[in-house]
Amino acid sequence: MTAEQRARSFSVHLVLIAYSLLAVGPILLVVMNSFKVRSAIFGSPLAPPDAATFSLVGYEKVFRSSHILTYYSNSLIVTLVSMALVLLFGAMAAWALTEYRFRGSTALALFLSIGIMVPIRLGSVAILNMMRSAGLNDTLTALILVYVAQGLPMSIFILSEFIQQIPRDLRDAARCDGVPETRIFFEVVAPLLRPAIATVAVFTIVPIWNDLWFPLILTSSDSTHTVTLGVQQFLGQYITDWNSVLAALSMAILPVVIIYVLLSRQLIAGLTSGAVK
Amino acid sequence: MAESVSNITAQMPRAKLAGLLLFFLGPAVVIYTLFSIYPLVATMALSTYTSDPSGARYFVGLANFETLLRDALWSKPFWNALGNNLIFFAVHMCVQNPIGIALAGLLSLPGLRLKGFYRTVMFLPTMLSVVIVGFSWNLILSPLWGVAAGALKAVGLGSLFAPWLGLESSALVTLSLISVWQFVGIPMMLIYAALLNIPDELIDAARVDGLGQFRIFFHIKLPLVLPTISLVSVLTFVANFNAFDLIYSVKGALAGPNFATDILGTFFYRTFFGNQLQLGNPTMGAAVATVMFFIILLGLCLYLFLVQRRIRRYAF
Repeated sequence: MTAEQRARSFSVHLVLIAYSLLAVGPILLVVMNSFKVRSAIFGSPLAPPDAATFSLVGYEKVFRSSHILTYYSNSLIVTLVSMALVLLFGAMAAWALTEYRFRGSTALALFLSIGIMVPIRLGSVAILNMMRSAGLNDTLTALILVYVAQGLPMSIFILSEFIQQIPRDLRDAARCDGVPETRIFFEVVAPLLRPAIATVAVFTIVPIWNDLWFPLILTSSDSTHTVTLGVQQFLGQYITDWNSVLAALSMAILPVVIIYVLLSRQLIAGLTSGAVK
Repeated sequence: MAESVSNITAQMPRAKLAGLLLFFLGPAVVIYTLFSIYPLVATMALSTYTSDPSGARYFVGLANFETLLRDALWSKPFWNALGNNLIFFAVHMCVQNPIGIALAGLLSLPGLRLKGFYRTVMFLPTMLSVVIVGFSWNLILSPLWGVAAGALKAVGLGSLFAPWLGLESSALVTLSLISVWQFVGIPMMLIYAALLNIPDELIDAARVDGLGQFRIFFHIKLPLVLPTISLVSVLTFVANFNAFDLIYSVKGALAGPNFATDILGTFFYRTFFGNQLQLGNPTMGAAVATVMFFIILLGLCLYLFLVQRRIRRYAF
């Protein structure tokens, strides 16, 4: 490397490090200060907690005065059930659209792709009316139904692309052996979709876990709130209690960060393999 | 795709095919139609009704839209929200996309070390809930905590600090920038992916011709990823004109100070559910949602007819 190249590479790293700090700095600042006593939060906000300033008082308050564990389990149930249904029904529909020739298949594919671009949130007024008349308002079922409807278009789109890449001989060989179509899908095709399924799963989980709008309009009692809504309301009430606010924020941040660090390779592979182009 | 359809399935008896389609497509089509398409249509239908205090509904045609656009009580907040939404979108287009392109360009430089690490870290904010991001920045920018003021002072710019989120003149742009900070990962990743797809021969040829990295980027790489940039722009448009969470969590339903941060999403929420100042009005809420729908549709059509059609696609 010449001196000029080294200088250039150095300046590139300098820019990237600076931006990385800007990206994680605020998150680190919140999480770090949530473990400190109030005087240290204000006195030296940029210093990490040490033996003298370490405190869990914020977390104790959050656990005592909110239903944070209920919120967590609600979010988990809603996210996991929605994700499972989006994957199952999405893969089945993608298979039918790519594998069978029938009149109106192109129109049906177009109809299903409207949801990729048009936000379902704009139908909220009617969704609320429907859920009320079906007796489903303030239930997790209502949230799951909406999230499945929201996640299906993208999942069908991505999975169709993958199914088209599976060699046709593989399916026809099974057909010649007289294997029924449903078994071909569940036992031959579905296992081959595993890499695609991981990508679709991440795309489905993140917006559902983070959503504020539908829990806000569809759930009204503490027992059905999700983490995002529960923390939002908690923060609104305890805005002056910095220990609790920082602890509540950290408790909402940490699970997502852990999932992200575990799945980031898969997510980035999905994004960069052109699945969403 | 017709070519991929197997001959065996093409010769299947009709009844059998119908049964299979019902089994495979049924659940997805039913749930999607019931909870996505039907509510959109029903909301539009509801926007042509009005209801009296007893709850009875009357058909009023386009009167709700006339109220929304003409009546002073309704039109002032509506145009305010629409104007603010345009500023919100403009800030994203002018700040988020150039930063995203620049970061993608740096990350795709040949032989760069640690790029996996940078990518992961820079994409992290995008994964978090807007509620969390909004509150965290609210604390950081708050004059009470003094982190932002202290950081500015440390670089000698202490006099520049102001309670940006609290001032009518700067609250909207500050919130837009917080949103940019969070979502810059999306253009970065999509453009990065597009840059990686450019074949090496093309870049090598340019280098042999004596072009530096800078000119290679602007004259060869950037024109080739224009389709991705326009896709990113339309994604940004749809997301921005449907945004709600950030403003609601930082500023509440009233989108203060003095509605300076009100965008269509918060205006829709207030109209539909009401707040301290007004009662909720589902039919007017439906009218606002319908207008938002047509704004988004207009944006999508402009993209499809003006941009998408003119883009030359390069097949590598």
